[in-house]
This record gives sequence, C-alpha cells and structure tokens, in this order.
Amino acid sequence: MSRIQQTFSRLKAQQRVALIPYVTAGDPDPQLTVPIMHALVSAGADVIELGVPFSDPMADGPAIQRASERALLHGVNLKLVLALVAEFRTINTTTPVVLMGYLNPVAHMGYQVFAEQAKNAGVDGVLLVDNPPEEHIAKVFKPYGLDSIFLVSPTTTEARMQLIASQASGFIYYVSLKGVTGSSSLNLDEVEQRIPLIRAASKDLPVGVGFGIRDAQTASAIGKFADAVVIGSRIVEEIERSSREAVLDNVQSWVAEVRKALDAQI
Amino acid sequence: MPKEDVPDSRGYFGVYGGSFVAETLVSALEDLKNEYQRARADKQFMAEFHHELKHYVGRPSPVFHAQRWSARLGGAQIYLKREDLNHTGAHKINSAMGQALLARRMGKKKVIAETGAGQHGVATATVAARFGMECVIYMGADDIARQSPNVFRMKLLGATVKAVTSGSRTLKDALNEAMRDWVTNVNSTFYILGTAAGPHPYPMLVRDFQAVIGEECLWQMPELAGRQPDAVIACVGGGSNAIGIFHPYLAHPSVRLIGVEAGGKGLGTGQHAAPLASGASAGVLHGFRSYLMQNADGQVIETHSVSAGLDYPGVGPEHAWLKDSRRAEYVAINDDEALQAFHDLCRFEGIIPALESSHALAQAAKMAPQMDKDAILLVNLSGRGDKDINTVAQLAGITLS
Repeated sequence: MSRIQQTFSRLKAQQRVALIPYVTAGDPDPQLTVPIMHALVSAGADVIELGVPFSDPMADGPAIQRASERALLHGVNLKLVLALVAEFRTINTTTPVVLMGYLNPVAHMGYQVFAEQAKNAGVDGVLLVDNPPEEHIAKVFKPYGLDSIFLVSPTTTEARMQLIASQASGFIYYVSLKGVTGSSSLNLDEVEQRIPLIRAASKDLPVGVGFGIRDAQTASAIGKFADAVVIGSRIVEEIERSSREAVLDNVQSWVAEVRKALDAQI
Repeated sequence: MPKEDVPDSRGYFGVYGGSFVAETLVSALEDLKNEYQRARADKQFMAEFHHELKHYVGRPSPVFHAQRWSARLGGAQIYLKREDLNHTGAHKINSAMGQALLARRMGKKKVIAETGAGQHGVATATVAARFGMECVIYMGADDIARQSPNVFRMKLLGATVKAVTSGSRTLKDALNEAMRDWVTNVNSTFYILGTAAGPHPYPMLVRDFQAVIGEECLWQMPELAGRQPDAVIACVGGGSNAIGIFHPYLAHPSVRLIGVEAGGKGLGTGQHAAPLASGASAGVLHGFRSYLMQNADGQVIETHSVSAGLDYPGVGPEHAWLKDSRRAEYVAINDDEALQAFHDLCRFEGIIPALESSHALAQAAKMAPQMDKDAILLVNLSGRGDKDINTVAQLAGITLS
C-alpha cells in the first residue's frame, strides 16, 4: 500500500477530510522549503503538494507564477526539488509528498531517471498539469511506486473520465472551476454533483478538490463531499506577504485554521 | 487545400506535435478538431473562406520578379511572394480569417489572440471587427514598447490590448496569458492562434489556412517564370508563413525548402531565436512537442531577435518533422544581415519589408550570388515593414517624432 493510500484509509477510518496544501519548492528561497513543509505538517496537512517551478506555468494564476519566478531566481531545478524532499524525509517518513508541475523539466531529465530519483528521494506521487493520459506516462512511474495524480475538470467527458481513471492512482484531483490556480469563483453545487460520478468511474479513488479554495469556510463546505481539499495560491500569497522571520508562523497558523474548520464538521 | 498525411489523428508529425494541455482545455480542443473537420468538408464554408480571401484580404497576392536586386546580387533570379500586399500587411490575415469563420460557425462571440510583432493581433482585431466579435489581444509589455503603431491599430479596430508583464514579457508569455484566458472562459471564447504551433489541431488548421500562399505560387511561378523555383525561402518563428508556402511544395521534391530562423546576435552568442538551426533539443511548451530553446534544467530560455515576430523559443511541430526528415533545411540569419537585406529591398525594389521577412531575404541574398543567372529563388515576403520603421531608425540612431 502506498503512503498516499495509507493516509487516505486512515483518514477514512477517522471520518476526516484530507488537507493538502501546495507550496512552490524554493519559494521564497530553498533554505525555507523544508521548514515550511514541516510547518504544514504541524498545522495538520495530510499530504503535501510541492510545486516544481517552471518558466512557463500556463495553468497557474499570478500568485503561483510569481512564486515560480522567485524560485527560479534562486536557481531551483528539479534535482534540487528532489534533494529538498529527501531532506524532508530525514525527519518525516509518513506524510506523502506529491510533486506538481509541468511536463518539460521532467521530460528533459528523462522519465525513467526522474522516476528512479523521485522514488529514492521519497516522493509519493506526481501531477504534471500538461501531461494528458493519452501519453501513458503513468505506466513509466508505476514500477517505481509513484502514484500518478490526474486532473479532472468540469469539462471532462464521461469517456475521458474512464481513460483517466484507468491510469490514476493515489487520488484524483478535481479542478473545481474553469480557470487558472487561485481564481475566485467556485460553484459548490457543481462540485457536489460531480464528485460521486468521479468516485464511481475511478473505483473509489479518493477525490480531492482544488483551484479556487481561498478560506476555511469554503474548504469546510467542500469537505462535506470531497475526500480532500487542496489549497495552493492562498498559502503561496501568505508566503509572499510574510517576512522571512514570520513566514513559518504565518503559514502554520493559516493552515491550522483551515484544519480546525475541516475537523469541526465531523 | 492539400491532402496531407500528417498529422495523425492525435496531432503528431512524427514524434512532434501532440496535445499537452491542462485538462480543462481538452474538450475545447476536441470540439475545435471536430468542427474543423466538418468545416473542411463543407463546400459552403470553404467557398466563404475563399470569397473572403479574394474580396476582403485581396488575394491572390502577386509574385514579383525582383530584377534590379537580382542583377545587383549577380546570380539567381529572386521572386517575391507579396504577402505584404494583403489587407493588414502580412500573411497573418489568411489564418485569422479562417479561424474567425470557424469561431462564428461555433457560435463564439469573443475571440482572443496572442501577438508578438503585432501583425497577428492586428489581423485578429480586423476579422473581429469584420464579424462583430469582441476581441482581446495579449501582447508582451516589451513588444508593446517596440511595436507601438500596431498597438494603436488594434485599438482603432476595437480590440482590447492587454500587456503581459510576466516572464520575458514577449511572445511566449503572451501565449501563456492567452491560454490562461482561454482556460477561464473556454465556453464563450475562441482562441485564434497566430502560428502553426500550439496543441492539436492548431498546427494543422493554421497550416491549411496558410497553404493558400504556396497553392497560388504553384500556378503563379510557371505563369511568370516559366517553371517552379529551385528553392523556396521563408522566415520561421513559429513558422506559419513558411509552412504555408512550403506545404504545397512538399509534393515537388526537386524544390528545396529553406526555413530561416532568427540568428539574433549570432548562434555562438546564445542570443538568438533559432531552435532548429542551433541544434536545440526537443521539449514541450505551449501544448506541443518540438525543438525548444531550453537550459539544462528544462526551463525555457529567453530568446533574442531584432524582429519581435521571430522572437520565440519554440517552432511549429511540422517544421521539426521536416527538419528530421531532411525535406526542409533550416538556417539562421543574424540581426545585422537581416537589416542589410531590409535596406537593400527598400533601395533596389521600392519595397519596405518586415524585419521578419528580411531574414528570408537575407538568406536569398546569401545564396543568389553562388547560383547561375537562370536559377530561381522564391522568397515569401510575409509582411510589410511599416511597423518596423521605429526599430530601424532607433538602430541607426535616429529618433522619429
């Protein structure tokens, strides 16, 4: 059983919703990434989504674009991101880490090489935004025990849902709106209707919902019908506006508040 | 339109192309592909497209024998395909028109586009005005500064021009931002892509709409010169004008096809926009796989060219495929060589060419003296250079008021 599966089955037994925060690796600088990851766990994160910075983040809104640019200014590359995960693993061996990013840096390293190094670093899953299931990269990752996380959107057809489900493992990430990360409009009814369909198509893989969740209240509302809540841009904004000294405390207390709201509904 | 073997049903030209987009766009691209297939088979649609090309764009564009310049170069005869004489002054209108007709057919009320030099932005703003559609153009902040006349033209035509300040503030970032708009407003919006790149089906449909350039040359050259040319030369940024003139010539194996990339300050300096000629490796950007200028980490690197329209780190997938198959050759022309050709065409033929097209002209000027006087080079003069006069004046140290 993968670390992601273990996490979701434990949460299911506890009737709790998984909280999945996203931060960009190397933002605001590489020295702070591992401390931020530990702070997220202390605040109640169940899975960490770690962004791999890319020069052309087409699916991201301004907040994560800027985070990516800050990280790239520090020379952050995929190799360093893997080293940061390995460093995180020297202390934390239980919290799953999912790398989220774009295809090109991974393709440039080579899929096999990446898969092997990611496994060795302690990565649990990979979500490549611009990598469609038609390319069948999941089967390259699978022998290394890496889960392939796929996006499903409000525009995904039934037939395509089947194709995605046949390759997805770990969990499915439902993009709760049409738009880039960090947008503000989110249709709760649509999300509620869609989730059972995704679960049915994916043989009960957990479904996480993200893009557009910006406060504890919305997270809590989503948590009523989703297995996981993913929050990215809002946390990245917290990192952006915090001083270096205050960033760990600020991130931890903001995420802890969301955790509290999610747990309050049990 | 030519019958093509590529791309395959998934949009692949050999190992290049494909569709690498976020999930939200997949169904929109599928709809576009299906609608385009229906439109292409629809005689009425194609008749309307050609009617618009004839009566609105002003096609066919002439082929002109640049006799004085050829004599001066002392070798091959240079013929110019005058895409600069199209309405709006460049080849971009061919594809913008085709895509606008598709947008209307699909019931879309708003069109968006990215632009580098501004020619595609102007073409899109033009067809949007022609068909009464809302129009938003994304343009890099740096390009807005160097192409101000085109920015004003777009505004006159009723378009909203949005400055893109992320990344390198040029064409690639404008494309990112247009994609972000599309993903957000995917149901109401049609993305009129400017070049033969992007996710499937764009490289195919832009090529098909631009192929009118080469199709006309196929009958114009025998009429004017008595035969087909020995070589066809075109500049390549994303590569839409080049693929438009090359594609109908693929069936004529004796005709050399030469794509000219922006060599910027020289391939050796790293400051260029020539992924094919510089031997860049393959990568994935903007929804397709092709040769890509990137660093050792797979990050896309900043490009340089005197011409905003060639300032792009990737290249359309069909060109990558034509390079590998060696059906086409790809070379680079530096900024200063392009500028020399720009001035020569002004002085010897009375034609002000776009700086983009000047790269193709410079390649012809390089080749012609080595060739016999009865050899024939056909250059795609893809656009006119009025938009570039500020850049050229600035390089000469002259300030235009």
